[in-house]
Amino acid sequence: MKIAKLLATSLVAMTAAGAVSAENVMRWTSQGDALTMDPHSQNEGPTIAMNGQIYESLVTRDAALVLQPELAESWTSAPDGWTFNLRKGVKFHDGSDFTAEDVVFSFNRAMHEASDFKEQAKNVASVEVIDDYTVKLMTNGPNPILPNQLTSIYMMDKGWSEANNVVNPQDFKANEESFAVRNTNGTGPFILESRAPDELTVLNKNPNWWGNGQFPGNLDRIEYRPISNAATRVAALLSGEVDFVLDPPLQDLKRIEGAAGLQVKTVAQIRSIFFGMDQGVDELRTSDVKGANPFKDQRVREAFNLAIDKKAIQRVVMEGLSFPTGMITPPGVLGNTPENDPSYGFDVNKAKELMAAAGYGDGFQIQLDCPNNRYNNDEKICQAAVAMLAKIGVKVNLDAIPKAQHFPKIQKRTSDFYMLGWGVPTLDSHYVFSYLLASEGSWNATGYNNARVNEITDLITTETDIEKRTALIDEAWTLVRAEMPYVPIHHQVLAWGMTDKVDVPIASDDAFRPRYTVMK
Amino acid sequence: MSSPDIQKSRWQRFTDNDIVYSFVTTPSAMVAALIAFIAIAAAFAAPLIAPYDPFDPAQISLWDGKMPPAWVEGGSPAYVLGTDNQGRDMLSTILYGGRISIVVGITAVFLGMLLGVTLGVISGYFGGMVDTVIMRMADVQLTIPGILVAILINGIGRAALPLELREDFAIYVVIVAIGLTDWPQFARVARGATLVEAEKEYVQSARVIGLPGWIIMIRHILPNTMRPILVIATIGLALAIIAEATLSFLGQGIPPTTPSLGTLIRVGNEYLFSGLWWITFFPAISLVILVFAVNLLGDWMRDALNPKLR
Repeated sequence: MKIAKLLATSLVAMTAAGAVSAENVMRWTSQGDALTMDPHSQNEGPTIAMNGQIYESLVTRDAALVLQPELAESWTSAPDGWTFNLRKGVKFHDGSDFTAEDVVFSFNRAMHEASDFKEQAKNVASVEVIDDYTVKLMTNGPNPILPNQLTSIYMMDKGWSEANNVVNPQDFKANEESFAVRNTNGTGPFILESRAPDELTVLNKNPNWWGNGQFPGNLDRIEYRPISNAATRVAALLSGEVDFVLDPPLQDLKRIEGAAGLQVKTVAQIRSIFFGMDQGVDELRTSDVKGANPFKDQRVREAFNLAIDKKAIQRVVMEGLSFPTGMITPPGVLGNTPENDPSYGFDVNKAKELMAAAGYGDGFQIQLDCPNNRYNNDEKICQAAVAMLAKIGVKVNLDAIPKAQHFPKIQKRTSDFYMLGWGVPTLDSHYVFSYLLASEGSWNATGYNNARVNEITDLITTETDIEKRTALIDEAWTLVRAEMPYVPIHHQVLAWGMTDKVDVPIASDDAFRPRYTVMK
Repeated sequence: MSSPDIQKSRWQRFTDNDIVYSFVTTPSAMVAALIAFIAIAAAFAAPLIAPYDPFDPAQISLWDGKMPPAWVEGGSPAYVLGTDNQGRDMLSTILYGGRISIVVGITAVFLGMLLGVTLGVISGYFGGMVDTVIMRMADVQLTIPGILVAILINGIGRAALPLELREDFAIYVVIVAIGLTDWPQFARVARGATLVEAEKEYVQSARVIGLPGWIIMIRHILPNTMRPILVIATIGLALAIIAEATLSFLGQGIPPTTPSLGTLIRVGNEYLFSGLWWITFFPAISLVILVFAVNLLGDWMRDALNPKLR
């Protein structure tokens, strides 16, 4: 009898404990982890999305990519800059207040040489403090789209950064480690509980967040566990081990849709996938052509463009979920036009003729650098390209490696031929020009240097006449289309897999937004 | 039985051997040997008999990708076992992949044997501290599952190589990793045999006439340890092929550009959920058949070479 009683009480106790732990825990996965928790170190989609759950910017975007106030409640423009009224009573996770001083500090940090957000932060000439809760971001002349350019510049606490010796951002290219790489102190809806890179990152709800009660999201805890193997990722979703997969392999979508209790959401993504060709150096590092750089010859670049069968990649590699293109920025971004978007086509014979005309009729050797845990089927696209380029005599050695090692090659400009994908959070071509096409762009490893494109990149930062500005953007894209510094492949289509228990609003920037995520 | 051996032809003398007798009277051994022979011959003749060269990207067409085997609807007679996700012919990739698996297996076993037998004979011949140190090392390694040791050695080997050399040297790293995992088995057997032989009169007399230790070890003891070594080498080959496949399946082994059977199974595994079963099934079944045949052969050899079991 005693034992039975004991059992009964312990059972009651267990159910009670169960009720307490029955909070809304969201377990999710994707192929590659955030590269760092330092919010100014890497301008990379998954890193920004992860940090955006902990840190906040002045202005943000909702799942429909409409601008929303975040740490600024309102803003007004003037010819010399924009005034932002900061939200009052906001506290960082360590309890200190968020004030204008932190805004000044964060912008200075984002403008630092080691920051990967300097192209965006450079739109701000200086930050003027009007009072504790009002700042004016001064611009070099009028800037019509400044709020659009601020959505990934996260605010950090000045005091915390100084105390922990992280006033400057982590220099990712130089493999630097700093306190901010694994520790965070943001104002956002979630607090970092623990982080083991590439294994498990746990976030807990911030009970003091300013937005509590204003958003539909009801998550209490987020457990993120990257799984690099695609089949394992799907198996985890099918078996209920995770609630949400950001990047299920495209070939498995039918199977996920067919499974009871699971669903797939798709949307055209604001991201284009392309290859870059280094036409800047005098001699390629990995080629057997010595004393010359074949990519300097436009005929070679055109041959590469014509040799890649974009439609075959769409059909066989992407299971139809892509839009072949001739442009490195997708529809939805100001600057993508029906004239410049169509693909260059596929014509092996013409490509061979061009190679022969350029003096490379027998082809040459080159290394293709490719990430294997970043974009939809990234490595498989590269493998397909290897076979396609072999048909015009180019022997490609593929080096497919994790993104953490791949991206520094591009940023250090040490790659001859590489895959890159580019999303556009500002929805404006200036972002693409300043990073990828301006000769000084920090992600422009092609060495492309066109004086007019450089000039237009500067002009459109201050041009307020929308019609003139759009015409300038068009002019630059037409030049780029003619000179082919890149080999555009396609615009990605996003597909997210999730259980019926969660409603994750899909967003074309591929960012998971927990504040809008509802768990049933 | 009156005719002495001298009158028999060379072939007759060869077939009179008890091992050959055991072989021709054991059907499973003959079948296993036949399968192993065909597998090894096919793998080495891959460039001659494979319909395509899967390592030549110019022969691959993406439009032919993900094609089922010829007898399934949607298949093409041009690709008997279907194609993988890149449009490579499965039959050709399996032939070429099998070759890599077998080469890795044989060289790894040879490396393990070289190391293990050397250490085992030294250990058994000298005894004392040398014996203790070598055999305790072997014991420690045997307490850890072999595949973990291989992953460890493989991981260190890869990390030690500069990035651009990793792919080219992956195959050697795998061979060394498996070879270094194998050696304790060989060392134990060689030591046991050495202990027995070292007590025999012919070794004792060799010592008495003052032959140096290394000559006694190589000339007198080593040949007499070879029978049991041969048995574990054959079984070891099957294990080494499996070890290579396991490493490659875990993404730690042979890179996908020059795939082994294990790599093929790993790549195909990604497509199992979407119903492209042939990309993983055919390499897997080839691996099973190959290992099974080698194993049977090893089993038979153990029985045939062990007088006590006859």
